[in-house]
Amino acid sequence: MNRYPLWKYVTVAIALVLGFIYTLPNFFGESPAVQVSSAKATLKVDHKTQNRVEEALKAANIAHNGIQLDFNGVKTRFKDTDTQLKAKDALEKAFNPDAADPQYVVALNLLAASPQWLTSLHALPMYLGLDLRGGVHFLLQVDMKGALTKRLDSTSADLRTLMRDKNLRHGGVNREGDRIVIKFRDAETQNKARFAISESQPDLQVVEAGDASEPRLIATLKVQAQQKIGESALKQNITTLHNRINELGVAEPVIQQQGQDRIVVQLPGVQDTAKAKDILGRTATLEIRLVDDTPGALDAALAGNPPFGTEVYSERGGQPLLVKKQVVLTGDRLTDAQPGFDNQTQEPAVHLTLDSAGARIFKDVTRENVNKRMAILLIEKGKGEVVTAPVIRTEIGGGRVQISGRMTTSEANDTALLLRAGSLAAPMDIIEERTIGPSLGAENIQKGFHSTMWGFAAIAVFMILYYQMFGLVSVLALASNLLFLVAILSLLQATLTLPGIAAIALTLGMAIDANVLINERIREELRAGMPPQAAISEGYERAFGTILDSNITTLIAGLALLIFGSGPVRGFAVVHCLGILTSIFSSVVVSRALVNLIYGRQKKLTKVAIGQVWKPGVAAGAQK
Amino acid sequence: MEFFRIKKDIPFMRHALTFNVISLVTFILAVFFLFTKGLHLSVEFTGGTLIEVKYEQSADLEKVRGALGKAGFSDFSVQNFGSSQDVMIRLPLKGDQNTNQIGDAVMSALQADAPGGTKQRVEFVGPQVGKELAENGAMALLLVVIGIVIYLAFRFEWRFSVSAIIANLHDVVIILGFFAFFQWEFSLSVLAAVLAVLGYSVNESVVVFDRVRETFKKVRGLSTPEVLDHAITSTISRTIITHGSTQLMVLSMLIFGGETLHYFAMALTIGICFGIYSSVLVASPLVMWLGVSREQFIRQKKVVEGANEEGAVV
Repeated sequence: MNRYPLWKYVTVAIALVLGFIYTLPNFFGESPAVQVSSAKATLKVDHKTQNRVEEALKAANIAHNGIQLDFNGVKTRFKDTDTQLKAKDALEKAFNPDAADPQYVVALNLLAASPQWLTSLHALPMYLGLDLRGGVHFLLQVDMKGALTKRLDSTSADLRTLMRDKNLRHGGVNREGDRIVIKFRDAETQNKARFAISESQPDLQVVEAGDASEPRLIATLKVQAQQKIGESALKQNITTLHNRINELGVAEPVIQQQGQDRIVVQLPGVQDTAKAKDILGRTATLEIRLVDDTPGALDAALAGNPPFGTEVYSERGGQPLLVKKQVVLTGDRLTDAQPGFDNQTQEPAVHLTLDSAGARIFKDVTRENVNKRMAILLIEKGKGEVVTAPVIRTEIGGGRVQISGRMTTSEANDTALLLRAGSLAAPMDIIEERTIGPSLGAENIQKGFHSTMWGFAAIAVFMILYYQMFGLVSVLALASNLLFLVAILSLLQATLTLPGIAAIALTLGMAIDANVLINERIREELRAGMPPQAAISEGYERAFGTILDSNITTLIAGLALLIFGSGPVRGFAVVHCLGILTSIFSSVVVSRALVNLIYGRQKKLTKVAIGQVWKPGVAAGAQK
Repeated sequence: MEFFRIKKDIPFMRHALTFNVISLVTFILAVFFLFTKGLHLSVEFTGGTLIEVKYEQSADLEKVRGALGKAGFSDFSVQNFGSSQDVMIRLPLKGDQNTNQIGDAVMSALQADAPGGTKQRVEFVGPQVGKELAENGAMALLLVVIGIVIYLAFRFEWRFSVSAIIANLHDVVIILGFFAFFQWEFSLSVLAAVLAVLGYSVNESVVVFDRVRETFKKVRGLSTPEVLDHAITSTISRTIITHGSTQLMVLSMLIFGGETLHYFAMALTIGICFGIYSSVLVASPLVMWLGVSREQFIRQKKVVEGANEEGAVV
């Protein structure tokens, strides 16, 4: 009765082999490497780049342990950190001759040192969390209200254009909080305007307000539109962050959405938080406005009284410039910006592409303002700077805009990059920050590893002393549980954190419960006089229901943590839940397979080594 | 080896009242300390900045305090953390100050007046995060409670689920009481430990209840207290060994895990110790007082039989 069919043994064997293979990479550790990836969207990293890396290393006389190309870039391994640093310098020189304008990101990295055949099976080591490898973690809150305000501002401008196009006279279009108020002189225009607006702006909800003497329209953004704006703002911010973080040269940055309006940024290995924060915290937004070149106006403004509706900003060179307050276009209308050359003059230029609404507005504005100047402003933390202020030569339609004149090639590059990546759709604030030094990370691994190891050893010693052969089986089952758990975590490429290691330890401590239940039950059946084979079978069967019940209640707690936990708690919960699942398999199936292998074949089994089974009334020890 | 040589069922239920009075007193004390002293919440919940600095030699805390005071910080706390070389600095959230710059400001203040330290860890938590974490923690607790009650009610009987959850929630309150009394730091990982313990010690009740149900079904002629006594007695050895094993692991974390895991392991230790007590000696009397009886377990069978008889009649 205690024999498994062959397929069950085979299943257990296969599970153990797979567990072993996928656990294996974690033992090889990591080797130092240098990663070369592209800093620009237009630049592709391919085999040519790989060859260049090889040549550069050869030229610098640096030996390497293999080069590989993947979607992240070209990664080269080195035998120690000294060579790694030397190689980084050499590659930096070869790939970024102009330090002010880096084309590639050359970053230090760590690569799994596991052999090639394991990597080709997708057997990779667990990904270590920041608390184990050191680095910075930021949680950024995106200001959705800011994104909506910005959108309403640009919609107000759209509405003004619309009314002008349709010859509807209005007494002003203004944003008041989260709504746009349009004043009219008579009810007829109000009615027509309402019709026109709802036709051209499907995102707006328009209601009539005011009385006959002062008719008004109040426009608000529809809820779906607000959601859409929020989503796209978040997406744009994430893209922008990606571009900015490239500047830092981090090998494997994590930039992810969390919840509705938050972004997590993790930069492993980065210790210079000040620079990281500076780069992340730049809440630059892009605006195009007209320049007020009225003679004398600038002097008046510098003297302290700027003409109505204008502001003074300074150009990149430092010269002051008087700019109108009304925003013609914002960065959201810009779909692309690329450096290039003017077709006729061959001067360096920046080519901008606008979306359709932007193109229409731009056409109107340029038609009305030929030979005037237009300023492109980058506004960071309330302070603006004019990136460039070109003169409008002709009416520009079609949404393709070229900015040229008085620019060098690298200035054109910079401007394009700033225009493309420099703007955030909505401002962000750092609401959580965690920096972990690299030595603390190593210490944490050490501590977590030691806790698990000694705890496991203590349990093993006790179980074997107390339950003898069955104790050994329980310990082997527990070890297989650890194997499965680590294998699954590696396979899922889950991030291991210190709470995660604590969860591994705790799960092992709790998983032994199932085997204790089984062993106690078998002893009890033996005590009741059942023959050993029957007692084993009965013990496993009876205990199973209890094991299932108790694991499910633990799983409920684990799932609740998984749903509501964030950060460290989530890492704990993931491991805890997975551990409960693997423990059911290992404590019931694996341990049963072992017991069956050991005892199942003996037809006349008179005693089993489960430690002393004491019967009331019989002298102690006699049973043994 | 066999630790438990029990000849007869131990009459636990005879002392049911005593057990419950003991746990009621502990519970009231815990609630009392929770209200008078309150929990010492970590930066994760309250918001603020936490900086861990490591010095080559023993750190001079007075010097560190002086440096911070000179740099214009107030309301900060400076403590040793783990060893005399490690210093933990905590700064509360302050109005509209640009708090995410504080870490760097503190480090430069220390470089000037208490040099030699290296920054090991900085944590800054904004006010909105802390509030949310507290809310999420409460939600998680609620979800665990509801989930367990529903599962046990479905698997056993409502009496069991109600007594199990009362017994185990009382553990949670007692753990919190300990944290309030000793003013240990209550952090996110402690919360995780508390919830894990809740799930774990419900196990305990489940194992006993399983046995209660089995005994009710198998053995006739036993009174309810006798059944409960038998169930507890026959599972006590497993209870102690299991908890002992888990505690071995937790003890190892307490010894080797360092400061970061210290309170996590502490919460688990208290949870495990009180878990045994409450899930066995508090939950079982509660089941008894709620009026559990043999009929509730064999009723199902009767219904089936009844249907058959009716079928036969027709």
